[in-house]
Amino acid sequence: MSVTFSAMQAPLPPIEDRGGPSQPLLIARGLRKEFRLADGLFGGRTVVHAVDDLSLTVNKGETVGIVGESGCGKSTAARLIAGITPADDGEVVFDGESFWTPRTRIDAERRRAIQMVFQDSASSLNPRMTLTETLAFGPRAHGVPTAVARTYARDLLAAVGLPPSRFAERYPIQLSGGQRQRVNIARALAIRPRLLILDEPVSALDKSVEAQVLNLLVALREELSLSYVFISHDLNVVRYIADRVVVMYLGQVVEEATSAQIFAAPRHPYTRALFASKPSLDPRRRIEAPPLTGDPPDPVNPPSGCRFRTRCPIAEAVCAAAKPPLAAAAPEGEGHKVACWAAQPGSGHSLAPRPMGALQ
Amino acid sequence: MLLYILRRILYAVPIGIGVTFIVFSLVHIAPGDPISALLPNEATQEMVEAARKEFGLDRPFLVQYAIWLGNAAMGNLGTSIGSGRPVATEVASAVGNTFILAVSAGLVACVLGFLLGIVAGLWRDRPVDHVVNLITIAGVSVPHYWLAILLVIVFAVDLNWLPPLGMGPDRSGGWQFDWAHISHLILPTIATAAIPMAVIARTLRASVVDVLDQDFVTTLRAKGLPRQRLLWHVIRNALPTALAVMGLQLGNMLGGSVLVETVFAWPGTGFLLASAIFQRDLPLLQGTMLVLAMFFVFLNLVVDLVQSATDPRIRRA
Amino acid sequence: MHGTFDSSDIDAVIVPVRHFSYRRVVLGRFMRQPIAMTAALILLAIVLAAIFANVVAPADPFQTRVARRLAVIGTEGRWLGGDELGRDVLSRLIYGGRISLSMAVLPVAIGLFVGGFLGILAGYAGGRTNMAIMRAMDVFYAFPSILLAVAIAGALGPGMMNGIIALSMVFIPPIARMAESVTTQVRSYEFVIAARLSGASTGRILREHVLSNVAGPILVFASSQVSVSIIAASGLSFLGLGVSPPYPDWGLMLSALRQSIYVNPWVAALPGAMIFICSVCFNLVSDGVRRAMEVRR
Repeated sequence: MSVTFSAMQAPLPPIEDRGGPSQPLLIARGLRKEFRLADGLFGGRTVVHAVDDLSLTVNKGETVGIVGESGCGKSTAARLIAGITPADDGEVVFDGESFWTPRTRIDAERRRAIQMVFQDSASSLNPRMTLTETLAFGPRAHGVPTAVARTYARDLLAAVGLPPSRFAERYPIQLSGGQRQRVNIARALAIRPRLLILDEPVSALDKSVEAQVLNLLVALREELSLSYVFISHDLNVVRYIADRVVVMYLGQVVEEATSAQIFAAPRHPYTRALFASKPSLDPRRRIEAPPLTGDPPDPVNPPSGCRFRTRCPIAEAVCAAAKPPLAAAAPEGEGHKVACWAAQPGSGHSLAPRPMGALQ
Repeated sequence: MLLYILRRILYAVPIGIGVTFIVFSLVHIAPGDPISALLPNEATQEMVEAARKEFGLDRPFLVQYAIWLGNAAMGNLGTSIGSGRPVATEVASAVGNTFILAVSAGLVACVLGFLLGIVAGLWRDRPVDHVVNLITIAGVSVPHYWLAILLVIVFAVDLNWLPPLGMGPDRSGGWQFDWAHISHLILPTIATAAIPMAVIARTLRASVVDVLDQDFVTTLRAKGLPRQRLLWHVIRNALPTALAVMGLQLGNMLGGSVLVETVFAWPGTGFLLASAIFQRDLPLLQGTMLVLAMFFVFLNLVVDLVQSATDPRIRRA
Repeated sequence: MHGTFDSSDIDAVIVPVRHFSYRRVVLGRFMRQPIAMTAALILLAIVLAAIFANVVAPADPFQTRVARRLAVIGTEGRWLGGDELGRDVLSRLIYGGRISLSMAVLPVAIGLFVGGFLGILAGYAGGRTNMAIMRAMDVFYAFPSILLAVAIAGALGPGMMNGIIALSMVFIPPIARMAESVTTQVRSYEFVIAARLSGASTGRILREHVLSNVAGPILVFASSQVSVSIIAASGLSFLGLGVSPPYPDWGLMLSALRQSIYVNPWVAALPGAMIFICSVCFNLVSDGVRRAMEVRR
């Protein structure tokens, strides 16, 4: 009963590639989102900068991992890119064409290019719909006749490893977490997107099930030539699946590099702390001192300059003065960017590499 | 905290304005020319013209509203068609009487409701809980005007223990703390208190059960906290909900008083409202409604503030 | 075949594969509650008696007979007594269900449609639309419910239609509030976000995803309001704001018979007892439905 996507008769046409292989699939520029908390007296506002000037590029066939503590804005970033939460500023370009700007809405046909898979929860699937109904919904919304959509839904179930004879008429409550996640993935793929944004897709699953779902995602990526934005707080998972990693702290990107680069030599103190807190299976390498101390600062009043400085072991005066730009880290050169004064030549930080001109 | 109080008070302002607007509109949803609703049938042409001018009925709707609101703010609620006296005077004399009934019924409802609710919650699923359940189901479902009639049938007609009508022996309407007056108060109090008592008991039982199921209570029990100290924890946690419901019920009691006061001929605002309706005395209806509704808005405000003082979670907002 | 799945994944939830209809499950759970079922049957009996009153009632509810004026309970031909005009109280009670129950149920039904529509709209649209609708509801909420009904009906004047309009105004705001809060919650669920991402129209999402998930709680809440409504509706009639005589209506009968409590006290209590019984039964049924729909963990 091994049905694969390539063998399947999909009722919706694929989205044509326009930009060619060198055109990045997704370019997000300067995304910004503020959430207003309770309005104060006389219009005084409390503003949380959930996402502050975030830019992201995803190449065709690439998987970009976004990591960071809970509350750092990862999920908001995902929803901004997908266009489900309206952004205050910024724009997203998809395959060379504008996907959204703060003033333009996405039309239904183009919207299907980017789909999301959410963390498994009781509310990730409509409890009142059978799996067939859930999977047929998207295609029907795009004009596929109900009967065709329902047959297609059964194929989709088979393709994500759920035999339709047993699962087609089930309700979500009759599924395990891993099974629900397979359905979530099938639902996202039902309308043939090119980019999947996965927001903590395996975080709620058991370790054994997590591996199965990850394997499924990897296999689907190859078969359907998909690109992924993979959001997780689990570094092991990100290391396994991502080609490139973006580290976020308090709504801003602090470091960006290929998986190999960043796991071999993290440059930002926050990334290092994050990696140091990764549990090791080797008891000789157990973590003794807490790698990160203190709570994250209040996002309503973030620290001046570098937002990490209040918890940073190497913070100096310059860190409070100005926000470090996300720039190429000196020794690694291309591809490895970090927003830290200690990595910027001539920044005035005592650990900063010396500027070229100062070499004797 | 201060900010929260200020914000809550500011929030009550538009609500209050909305309420006055609805009350004002009452005259205008009445069928026919509002002028005929505002004046006695035998009004002369001059009276009609004078009233037109006074109420600004030839002006646009919103201007009329502004005039009316301005007058109301100055204490001028118009003139009663029935008695020819100022509405403000009529309402003022009735408010005190309703207040007496409301305070006594409110006390009974809160005390009894509180006790029944806590007892039922602490002894959940025991016989006492079932009895309270029966009482509260009957309580929330009883038409209070019917309960009032039943009370009159039993205690006034059959047993002849208590007076069936009025507020005191002399019909003057004054209140004194003697048996003659208190005996008149007993039946209206029971009839008015029944529904709020039941609702309060139900809510309190639910929140006691809720609190008892929480982990911190299990911990307290496991640590061997004496029962009476545990009770204090339970009450403290159930209190904010209970207060909110009590406040709301006190307000609804004002609404219910229309019917109970009618049955007992208790000369309060409800009775006034009923007679205003009976005589189609719209200025009186409008004035009484305004006073009652504004009081209800005020009550809600107080309840919210008291609740925020007892529940630390609300203050965070 | 992607991602090998082992038996622990598939069989983690052992549920026999069968069609299980949500409605049938709820109905089954409801029927297993004896008290709620009894209440439902009593209501059914009262409603059927009212509908087929011309068959069930022993006498013409309008026929007056001077000799039977204020006849006591047990009088031949007037088993539950006679009213102030000698009409058969039993027959009038049976016929009275027609007006009294309609005046109780219709306002809640109107409140359900209008309030449900406004609430779902406010909840799904959010933002300014939500603010505008919900603040308006708050204003109506600022009146004690019976008082609002009495005031509106008082201004409109007596009559069944006016009573229904007045009562509807009472039930729209609470139902709208309820609908708004569940819709706001459902709107934030991932399956709704996924539906929005798929490019489906708002109408389709509301119909297929939102409505089925908010309808249950809204209906249960509305059903709990019927017992309030019957008390309020009969209260309006009691004040003379419902139907006008000689039509049989429980509130109106209570008000008329009240004048004769010194002569014939227990007959006067009967119409109120009907209101009470219906109110209790509506309460018990609504409790039962709520319990039957509760999600079990």
